[in-house]
Amino acid sequence: MNLKLLRLFGGRDTSAPVARERLQILLAHERGLLGQPDLLATLREEILAVVSRHVTLDPEKVIVRLERGKTVSTLEVDIEVPNDFEKSKAASQRRMAG
Amino acid sequence: MAKVLVVTSGKGGVGKTTTTAALGAALAQSGQSVVVVDFDVGLRNLDLVMGAERRVVFDLINVVQGVAKLPQALIRDKRLENLWLLPASQTRDKDALTDDGVGRVIAELSARFDWILCDSPAGIERGATLAMRYADEAVIVTNPEVSSVRDSDRIIGMLDSKTVRAEKGERVKKHILITRYDPARAARGEMLTIDDILEILATPLLGIIPESQDVLKASNVGSPVTLNNADSAPARAYVDAARRLMGEELAMVVPVERKGFMNRLLGRRAA
Repeated sequence: MNLKLLRLFGGRDTSAPVARERLQILLAHERGLLGQPDLLATLREEILAVVSRHVTLDPEKVIVRLERGKTVSTLEVDIEVPNDFEKSKAASQRRMAG
Repeated sequence: MAKVLVVTSGKGGVGKTTTTAALGAALAQSGQSVVVVDFDVGLRNLDLVMGAERRVVFDLINVVQGVAKLPQALIRDKRLENLWLLPASQTRDKDALTDDGVGRVIAELSARFDWILCDSPAGIERGATLAMRYADEAVIVTNPEVSSVRDSDRIIGMLDSKTVRAEKGERVKKHILITRYDPARAARGEMLTIDDILEILATPLLGIIPESQDVLKASNVGSPVTLNNADSAPARAYVDAARRLMGEELAMVVPVERKGFMNRLLGRRAA
């Protein structure tokens, strides 16, 4: 805490905040490549895009979850389809025909 | 059953071997039986930092391959009777280490000691992955510098996925140890602060080892810094870190060199 105070009074030539920001951006990217958070976001977007070609969906109601198990992991996709599903399907078919 | 602790970092030159020797000696001084194991096959240095380089006869590879029995390869420290070293081989390469072989050695050590400290080589190759493979806990040695923090992040990912514990759905308890820290430079905004590093790595802090000439002095004479000059700032920081490993809760302070100030710090810590 007192370090932050000192830094406030410290003056101009501070390179540490630059280091911090560069690291945060870089690691967010690298963790995505190797790990989970960005993978899920990508999957969610692409699933949403494919399904909504045929059905009108509320984007908020598409849930993609990854559960890590001992030997296998499960990918759970939960999509809530609204009740006027038939109507929207018909509409999209008309659109395609036209 | 021993606690298996890997000292790792990804990046080289950040102080893994210094840390292994210092923590090992500090744990042993508090009465625990400790073995420090050098996994840096081909580039061993823990023997040198511990001052046991002329007493190495057999090594980890010999034991893994059944050429020597474990008691033949273990070297007892000359200063602390409950501190032991299992050196790495200097002539072989890391491919001589096998997962099964390392597992057998760790299991055998586990019956004899309270703590097994595995000194990992730099990098993310076989030596480093096998050093962390059987770990219960990990000390990730990090310098306040961008490349070190990035590599630590990578190693944290490996600890969460490539260890036996991770594969069983359990977790390796991880600790960040910041070494070569200069509070004055951090205060001037020239060095990443402790808060910066912890926020980026999202891992709890074990200790802060200040930049100090005492570290080099200790390795020059082949003595863990905690034994060579117990009053020095890095020694006190390592002793605190070792006490935290044993479950004590201590206020996190960066020890400084000046003597008068030291008493104040000690007073505050006792409270």
